[in-house]
Amino acid sequence: MAARVRAPGFYRASVLMVLGVALSAGLTWVVRMSTGHSTFHHYLSGDAILTVSLIAVPLLFLIGIGGFDYWFYWAAGRPTRPEDHSGHGARSWKDYFRVNTDHKVIGIQYTVTSFFFLLVGGLIAMLMRAQLAQPGAQFVDANTFNGLFSVHATLLIFLFVIPVFAGLANFVLPLMIGAPDMAFPRLNALSYWLLPVAGFMMLGSFFAPGGAFADGWTAYAPLSTNMPIGQTFFSVGVQFAGASSVMTALNFLVTIITMRAPGMSFFRMPLLVWANFATSLLVVIATPFIAASQFFVLLDRALGFNFFNAGHGGDVLMYQHVFWFYSHPAVYIMMLPGFGIISEIIAVKSRKPIFGYRMMAFSLLAIVGLGFTVWAHHMFTSGMAAWIRIPMAITTAIIAIPTGIKIFSWLATLWRGVLHLDTPMLFALGFLTTFTLGGISGVMLAMVPFDIHVSSTYFIVAHIHYVLFGGSLMTIFAGVYYWFPKMTGRMYDERLGKWHFWSTFVFFNLTFGPMHILGMQGMPRRVATYAAKFADMNLFISIASFGLGLSTLIFLYNIVTSWRGGPISIANPWRGMTLEWQVTSPPPIFNFDRVPTVVGGPYEYGVPGAVHGILAPTPATVGAGSRLAGAQRE
Amino acid sequence: MDRRRSLILTVVAAMLAIGIGVALSYAIHWFPVEASTQAKNTDRLYHVLVDACIPIFVLVTTVVLYCAWQFHMKPGEELKDGPPIHGNTRLEVFWTAAPAVLLLSLLSYSFVVLHDNEKRPAREIRVGVTGQQFAWSFQYPPSVTGGRPVQSFQLYLPKGESVRFELHSKDVIHAFFIPAFRLQEDVVPGITVTYRATPDRLGTYPIVCNLLCGLGHSLMRTSVHVVTPAAFAAWLKSQRATSTAGGAAATASSGTAAARASG
Repeated sequence: MAARVRAPGFYRASVLMVLGVALSAGLTWVVRMSTGHSTFHHYLSGDAILTVSLIAVPLLFLIGIGGFDYWFYWAAGRPTRPEDHSGHGARSWKDYFRVNTDHKVIGIQYTVTSFFFLLVGGLIAMLMRAQLAQPGAQFVDANTFNGLFSVHATLLIFLFVIPVFAGLANFVLPLMIGAPDMAFPRLNALSYWLLPVAGFMMLGSFFAPGGAFADGWTAYAPLSTNMPIGQTFFSVGVQFAGASSVMTALNFLVTIITMRAPGMSFFRMPLLVWANFATSLLVVIATPFIAASQFFVLLDRALGFNFFNAGHGGDVLMYQHVFWFYSHPAVYIMMLPGFGIISEIIAVKSRKPIFGYRMMAFSLLAIVGLGFTVWAHHMFTSGMAAWIRIPMAITTAIIAIPTGIKIFSWLATLWRGVLHLDTPMLFALGFLTTFTLGGISGVMLAMVPFDIHVSSTYFIVAHIHYVLFGGSLMTIFAGVYYWFPKMTGRMYDERLGKWHFWSTFVFFNLTFGPMHILGMQGMPRRVATYAAKFADMNLFISIASFGLGLSTLIFLYNIVTSWRGGPISIANPWRGMTLEWQVTSPPPIFNFDRVPTVVGGPYEYGVPGAVHGILAPTPATVGAGSRLAGAQRE
Repeated sequence: MDRRRSLILTVVAAMLAIGIGVALSYAIHWFPVEASTQAKNTDRLYHVLVDACIPIFVLVTTVVLYCAWQFHMKPGEELKDGPPIHGNTRLEVFWTAAPAVLLLSLLSYSFVVLHDNEKRPAREIRVGVTGQQFAWSFQYPPSVTGGRPVQSFQLYLPKGESVRFELHSKDVIHAFFIPAFRLQEDVVPGITVTYRATPDRLGTYPIVCNLLCGLGHSLMRTSVHVVTPAAFAAWLKSQRATSTAGGAAATASSGTAAARASG
């Protein structure tokens, strides 16, 4: 009993979480009592205890699960556990539910957790479309509906698109640059465990008194500062999701800068590595701004700071500026890693080098720079100073240029290639068309008079889903299929994969295409009901969206059955040149028995005799069964 | 079919697709009726944008489809690689410069439209708009009524007169959106936001709140009545007669709303 409480794991975490609630109750009681009875009518306030608990309980959960053990031992001057790598690798499924420092285990933890939240977010979308199938409330009340779309967006942005890219990159990026692991394995483990904390906090808001936060994922003040306690679940949950992003991004940056194999110069890196380098820069610089914006809201709500209370000198527009200073770069955080995935797949599946490799890398950096100069295009109708619209419109249009360079370079890569039209490639080609459409509607939105008409309408809903579903999610599906053999050692079912692509592609366009028209006709977004003239098109969209929801089941079935019993995959089924394909599937516990040497570019397909990296053969003295010993000697 | 013929066929198909796309963009009624001069400018801008964008979308889609059609792996090519083309500087400069020129031209045109839509006319009337959870009310100052100010829950506007809306919020942010005018602006607590519209078509058009403002957001709708100047004057006169009662009712109802917001 005592031993189980002392050992890191869910048991210890549960005990500490109960303690956390008690601690929060005690702390608020002491503070409220010491500041006097007149301000606080009761020493014990449910809202106050809940607010403090939302911060304390997750931290104690992380301590309980073992995320901080090593550092606590070190800080206390006690002997840290010897470096026996016992926290490395997964031998059974149970190892995925422990704090594990192996980037491959963490990559799978990240990816699977994110897909869990994709399914939850998708189910919530189905409920929303059921509500919107006909005008007039039928399914849920307005408060629940507002909560549904708020949690839908929050989960899919903070718990799916952003972390699933971090998960895929966690698995493949160290392999691609020839590193045995990430630079900071323990930080990596901690950053993963922050995710379920944030996710269940967002979901938990449905059970809060007054319902879930119901002001969209944008949480505009002063609506958010006047929400019931459910809003605090968002304000605090974002802090944990954001901390997770920053930790992983720092880890990627240090890993990419310091742990490349000999010969892996920056311009020999695969574009996925470039893409994650660019994304990580965005994450590290921008994420503190959303943390700040939600701290402002939290302080306004919990302690009456009046940051956004216009009646007391607060500034309502400031919230939007701080919020979008993160949340616009976040759009690129949710897209650039996908660009990396598409570059990998299109090169390998076209059997050609990436067209204009250097421009592909530079355009990523251009997007990073420009990404910070466009935020107020979300605020063209916000009532901010009118002149700001002009420079922001110009930068918004200009950012289409590096994006266009990428699209055209991918097209040129396809040209005269030998195209393998299997599932990852179909998703990559589908992405090219849907993302181009999303990009085009983005350029239209940069044109201020047009934006003034369609801002906050269903046109925006259509645009963002063409970018994040037709863009990001297509690349995620492509990437999951592409690296599935590497991650699991098994092959997925190609026929089901194609079914998945075609059903997703068709129902996606049927669902989100008509929303452009709805928006231009003036249907506002985020409404639980709408004018009768929009009824037919909404019914059509709802039916199509159910088809889109069902198409995900094909994916789920394919992945689950293939992981359990799919045919064993060879190490390099796609004949890829990048380093992750040169090791076994799944890779050895420390990735490379010997550090590889990189001698050429990553995409030299069709160049006679070209090699990207050389993996020296394992010395005869080290047997096949002692990879661990070999790696430790390195 | 040889490569040359398939290429010609594809180019013809692409041209046809562009033609159909452009034709559809004019055939489909994308917008509600145009009821302001600003709406006409904005719709023209929209058509220019779409006409410029359709060829680009068709280009990308056509190349993807053509490559999938012509360059897919044939039996026996399982181990074949494509030609090792690493890039083409002239082509890359072209597809950087050409979109830049196109984008800057579209931007310039959009700024012209923006300027036209917002420029100060010789004569304009001022109308106050107040948003509160979850209703709109409208204030006509003495300069418009020619007497006592008028407070109304109905928005009446004279056709052909430029109107300057002054937006105030009593609680959270709303957005005052008249789709038929193609105009919206946020109603922000603490500041007065203004914008102009020139209604030029008689009729009644919806006004919607276009920024999530709480539980009743989706029902925060009303109508704007664009009437002849004579009818407008008559309406103002009838409102002036009842303005004391109307004002009192408005104060009472806003008091209830404030109580609801604070409670």
